[in-house]
Amino acid sequence: MNPVPRIRRGFRLQWEPAQACFVLLYPEGMVRLNGSAGAILEAVDGERDVETIIERLRTRFPDAGDLGPDVREFLREAERQHWIEWQ
Amino acid sequence: MTPLDASAPVGPPLWLLAELTYRCPLQCPYCSNPLDFARSGDELSTAQWLDVLRQGRELGAAQLGFSGGEPLVRQDLAELIGGARALGYYTNLITSGLGLSDAKVAAFAAAGLDHIQISFQASDPELNDALAGSRKAFRQKLAMARAVKAAGYPMVLNFVIHRHNIHQMPQILQLCEQLDADYVELATCQYYGWAFRNREGLMPSQAQLRAAESQVNDYRARLHARGAPMKLIFVTPDYYESRPKACMNGWGSLFLTVAPDGTALPCHSARLLPIDFPNVRTMSLAEIWYHSPGFNHYRGDAWMPEPCRSCEDKARDFGGCRCQAYLLTGDADNADPVCDKSPYHDRILAARTAADHARTGLDDLLYRNARNSRLLYRG
Ligand code: SF4
Ligand code: SF4
Repeated sequence: MNPVPRIRRGFRLQWEPAQACFVLLYPEGMVRLNGSAGAILEAVDGERDVETIIERLRTRFPDAGDLGPDVREFLREAERQHWIEWQ
Repeated sequence: MTPLDASAPVGPPLWLLAELTYRCPLQCPYCSNPLDFARSGDELSTAQWLDVLRQGRELGAAQLGFSGGEPLVRQDLAELIGGARALGYYTNLITSGLGLSDAKVAAFAAAGLDHIQISFQASDPELNDALAGSRKAFRQKLAMARAVKAAGYPMVLNFVIHRHNIHQMPQILQLCEQLDADYVELATCQYYGWAFRNREGLMPSQAQLRAAESQVNDYRARLHARGAPMKLIFVTPDYYESRPKACMNGWGSLFLTVAPDGTALPCHSARLLPIDFPNVRTMSLAEIWYHSPGFNHYRGDAWMPEPCRSCEDKARDFGGCRCQAYLLTGDADNADPVCDKSPYHDRILAARTAADHARTGLDDLLYRNARNSRLLYRG
């Protein structure tokens, strides 16, 4: 089975109109995400595997070229930051 | 060129700290509450708090802390949590754990609470309970830390570090790992409120601090090597720095505190400043944040005297902490004396020297309780 990422327990992804961006909220902290980071994490729902996430982003951003490497690299970084977990 | 443009638009407050009450069953001698908390006015009602939360969220606040005093003293806490969560806040409960129960942990989870931070005074019951001024505090804290973890919350433990517990650092870290903490805040005392009054009896010496720092670094490296997610945050006292911290990320730039009686503050210790701060009972939060003289007082840099005025670092640290400048120099406009360019920096150096020779025992500290608060302000 392909690994499926999910947002780590205690973390919450949320669109903030006042900041016009997605933020990741966690105990006493908040990271503001840029456009692509927000789009990737928004697709992380605990059910889609990485390929499905990439496919979904390709459909959303057809002109963005090969998104695969960027998405995988971002998810690795998100794992290093302990923002996401694999299941 | 002025990097910090005083006419730059003020951004929204992103963090709201709701100090629900000054009541607390413990008596920590480093408490950051004001010394005169006992004469503070009535607490805001449930409806008033819910209105403050709604207004804060409309302004853009996303992080919300419930603190105090001990917020669990408020019987309406679950209702406030539910209201806050429905508004879209990430809700943090900052508690001593006293007054918490399995039933409350479950009720708060049902109301949507995102995170509970429990503070400890030490890693063993004797010292913990002596510092807290309560004989059952430690056992209760352990039980509640386990309950919080079992309920699936991210576990954040907070230890306030000072000269009487800093030698326990290895045991503190072990305790945190046993409790399976996700985050550990090792916060060396900041000297405001009761902690300033007790500074000489609390401030660790430089040698103590360096030893603790290297113990934390070693522990962190071992955690990292094992891939353990427990995160250690060690806040060292700025009394051992030569440049001040960028206090609150700038006055009135991100943080908004509402005190139990409704006084709105740019930081939870700002109440000690000789400034008239607005109250949410008589002014909207938007008016307070964007237009009140209290919040505009130290925005921008036009207020700065020398040495900050002509300093190239003023956009980085905003001249440091206003409360520290006030407490140590008597004038809140001055550069934070932590800065070695401040003509008052010798007062920081003197505090360091005093820390090397202090003999203050636990019995000599002034404990934070209503009786001592009234004694200090008999007026
Ligand atoms: S620092 Fe101690 S005394 Fe002060 S509010 Fe917190 S638990 Fe109570
Ligand atoms: S002189 Fe003022 S602005 Fe410059 S580093 Fe010191 S405190 Fe900061």
